[in-house]
Parts: sequence; C-alpha cells; structure tokens
Amino acid sequence: MTEPPAPERIPRQPLRHRLAERGVDYSLLLLVPAVVVIAGLFLYPFLYGISISVQPQSGGGAFANYTNFFTDPYQAGAIVKTLRLALPVALVSVGLAAPLAYRCRRDFRGRKLVTLVVMLPITFGSILIAQGMPRVFSPYGWVNLLFKAVGLPQVNLLYNYWGTFIAAVLTALPLVFLLLMGIFGGIDRSLEHAAATLGAGRAARFWRIILPLAAPGLLTTFMLACVEAFAIFPSAILVGQPDNQTHVLTIPIYQAASQNSDYTQASAIAVVLTVIELLILGLAVLVRGRLFRGPATGGKG
Amino acid sequence: MATTTLAPTSAPAARAPGFSRPTVTAVLTWTVAGLFAAVLLAVLISVIVTALSTSWGGTWLPSGYTLSWFRHAWDTPGLANSIAVTFEVAIADVAIALLVGVPAGYVVARKKFPGRNAIMLFALLPVILPPLTYAVQLAALMYRLGIGGTLLSVVLVNLVPILPLVILITVPFVEQISPDVEQAAKVFGADNLRLFTRVLVPLLTPGIVAAGVLSLVRVLGSFELTFFVSGATTQTLVVTIFGALSDPGGPPAALTAAMTVFYMAIALLGLVISLRFANPAHTLAQPARRTL
Repeated sequence: MTEPPAPERIPRQPLRHRLAERGVDYSLLLLVPAVVVIAGLFLYPFLYGISISVQPQSGGGAFANYTNFFTDPYQAGAIVKTLRLALPVALVSVGLAAPLAYRCRRDFRGRKLVTLVVMLPITFGSILIAQGMPRVFSPYGWVNLLFKAVGLPQVNLLYNYWGTFIAAVLTALPLVFLLLMGIFGGIDRSLEHAAATLGAGRAARFWRIILPLAAPGLLTTFMLACVEAFAIFPSAILVGQPDNQTHVLTIPIYQAASQNSDYTQASAIAVVLTVIELLILGLAVLVRGRLFRGPATGGKG
Repeated sequence: MATTTLAPTSAPAARAPGFSRPTVTAVLTWTVAGLFAAVLLAVLISVIVTALSTSWGGTWLPSGYTLSWFRHAWDTPGLANSIAVTFEVAIADVAIALLVGVPAGYVVARKKFPGRNAIMLFALLPVILPPLTYAVQLAALMYRLGIGGTLLSVVLVNLVPILPLVILITVPFVEQISPDVEQAAKVFGADNLRLFTRVLVPLLTPGIVAAGVLSLVRVLGSFELTFFVSGATTQTLVVTIFGALSDPGGPPAALTAAMTVFYMAIALLGLVISLRFANPAHTLAQPARRTL
C-alpha cells in the first residue's frame, strides 16, 4: 500500500488515507485468518460438494446423481418423511418452550438450575439421549411400567416415528427455550409497565404488547428448530425405524457416503437438503419482513 | 419435581398481592416443564443406572449392582484412545478458534468496512445450518486432500462451527468496552501490542472464557462432522459410542453405558464451568443488544 504517483494537478489524498476513510486499514489483517478458515473449510467445501455431485462416480451424465435420487420413490420419499418429522418437532418444541420461556424471562431464584437442566441435552448431544431412551420408552421401560401400574394400555414409542420424534423434541426444545428466553427477556419492561398504567390487564398485555414484539423472534426460532430437525441423524438410526418410518434425508446421505463410499451421490443429496433448508430460512426472512420491526427496547433517557 | 418447578410462580406473589393466585396457564406451563424435565432426567439417569447394573430385565430397577463395567470399559481397546483424541481435538480446536476468532470479532465489532455484512452472514451460516448439510462434502474434500482419517482432519472439520461461534460471542463483549478506554491507553503511549495484551485481553476475559467454554462443550458433543471424517484411531468418544450402539452384535448395553458415563463426566464438567462464566441465553439470543 504505497502512495501512488499523483496523476492530476489537484492534490489527492494518498490511497491509504482514502481507504482508511472507508474503514480499510491494517487492522483488517486481523480478519484474514478467520476469513481463510471460513472460506476454505465452509464455503469451498460447499462448492466442491456441488461440483462433485455433477460428476457421478457411476457415470451416466452430469445429473445422474440427482435423477437417481428423484426417480427412486423410496429415496425421494425421504423429503416428505423429513418434513413430516421436522415440522411437528419444531411446532411442538416452540409450543412447549414458549410459555415456559415467557415465564422465565426475568431473573428468579431457580434460573441457574433451569438453565442447567435445559443445557444438559445440548451438551450431551442426541447420541446420549438415544442411548437412554430404550430404558424409558421400550415396552418394558419405565413409562410402560408406570402406565401398567395405573392401568393405562401399553404404548409403543420406540423404534418407530415416535422414537425419533421424542428424541428430536428432547434435543430441540432446550435450544428453542434458550433462544426464546433471550427474545422475551429482551423486551423492555417499561413497555409492559406503560400498558399496565394505561389499564391493560395481564392478558391484554400479553396479546397486545408482548406477542407482537416477540412474533419475529418466535418465527425465526421456529424456522431454526425446523432446520435443525431437518438434519436429524443419529436418533433416526438409533431409536427410529431408518428403513421405513424415519427414512429421513440424512439416511441416504449416510448410506451413500459410509456404506457405498459414493461421495458424489452423498453430496448430491446433501445439496438437496441444503437447498430445502435455505428455502425454509429464506421464507422466514421473507415473512419476518412483514411483521413489526421497530425497537423492542424502550428509550433509556 | 413438581414442588421445585412450582416455586418460581409463587415468587411474584410476595411482591405484588394482586397476582397471588396461580393461573391455569401457569399451572399448565409448570406441569409440562416438570414432565419434560422428568423425562429428560429419566433418560440420562437410566444410562448411569445401566452402567452400574449386573443385569436388568423388565423391572423398575436392575437386579444387582456392580462397578466392574467401568473397568471393562476402560480396558476396551479404543476407549482410552478415543478419550485422548477427544481431549486433543477439543483443546486444539478451542485454542485455534480463540486465537483466530477473538481478533476477528474485535475488528467486526469496532470497524465499519466494505464486506462486513457478508462476513457476518458467513459467520452465521455454519452456526445455523446443521452439520450434516456440509459434513459429507467436507469429508470428501479431506479425503481428496489426502488427510482424511487423520487427527488433523478431525481438528480442521470441527473448527467450522466453532470459529464463527467464537466470533459471534466476542462481538457483543467488545461492544461493551468503551472506545475511550483504548484511546486513553494510546494517549498514555501504549502501542498496538500493549494495547491488546494489557487493556483489551483483560477486559475481554469474561467474553473469551464464555466463548471458549461454549465452543468446548460444542466440540465435545459434535458427532456428525467427526463421524464422516475420522478413521479407526481418530474417533472421538461420541463416535465410538455411536459405533457401539448401532452395531447389533456390539458390546453389551452396560459396557456401552459405562463408556457413556465417562463421556457424561467430561461433558458435565465443561457445562458446569461454562455456566459459572456465561449465561447461554444471552450469548445465543441477543448479541446485538448487550451494549453498555
């Protein structure tokens, strides 16, 4: 970044100064390693995945991997099965977590404990949840022993749709709860107090003040939970029925990559998965734009 | 369980007499919360009890207890190795992510420059998108480069979600530090290095610790990314456990459970430390609003 020879008669600021005015100076060099890592290990692999997905290992034209996937009703049906799992999981997680997060939005004595319990599944991950589920939900498990003790019929909640559903909710709900707790907590109390001063009851305050302010956050959280549940993998195998009811999109990816060592086919399905996820996120951004976008925090002064 | 979860609803009663009667929605909410916590804890506790049991049929509790599964698990070929790998990967990744991510987070928080929004978007994507959207492509690339299955590849792959997380967590902490402090240090003659080591790092310590521990917790539990790229000797604990669980002719349930208890102990340690220093609800949900 040396000073360029001044070509015109009007004296110009040195290039360095002009760049600095727009925020470009040597401190940006601190960004370089991070940009290199993200570009090299996240963006480039994405492009690499797209490029190998159109070079099928088994031959047959550029789009053979995609036509293979979409023409096989069993494989392509995975999209529907994933949607049938991810949407209810996201809906139930937000539906259960939202009232709880609303009540936990202020500091209270048990908050650390609640946070600890909620963080457990995030820390331990879906594998540990799937490992513990048989003892709780199998025909001889604790839930069915309890049901038998109180005279309820036996329920079959393992190695089918419901096994994966429960595992997914157990892992998704805590994340949703943490996000929503931040969203509800970020709404300034003074707005609520103002409404109360003007005579709004508790219900009115919730429906007319809190909910409209939280709506964009609720929507974003729902979409994030949906995307997260879209790529559910270990629990679909361990507590689901991976060849039928929980044959979600990640299963053919796993089979192609790990069992057939066909990374081109696996990448093609992963591209399909990514496109659907980006569509969901794009939809969230689009709908969000139509909701209230003012400040949720009151003035400080 | 019910009594402890009901406690917070009765708390406001002391302050505001008008709100003393718990509403139907409050009771319903805390019942659901209690049920969820009960199922979750039952799932986790059942793994611990399984690891301690001699045999367990269709009864409430196992017929006998033993500690021998832990010794068996420790002697299982591969377990000690995968614990070592787990620690090596976790420490290497957290160190790299902090070294690279904290300065980047500082620049993003302090400066306005062309491309800043693009950088923020591409830092957000790996955190939002679930790992399986890019795990296979990344593994294919690692094998193409000839480092598939090595420890290096496991470290590199796990860096992808961690580094953006560190950047995103660092930004609000930097925004909390007044630029006046930095200018004062410069007026008193601090050069950039001393500004960084004597002023910024001490002030940023809570943020660095929060970022470090939250990413540590995330590396420990990271399964998909490691699963596709790791070789026989570079498996982390979760991958080893998944292998044991998904193999029908694999080790007995109690032995796998004992392995898992090792993992739980490590992860719980990380979790407790992280809650000491950070409130995850704040760091995850509202980074932009936490200004002074």
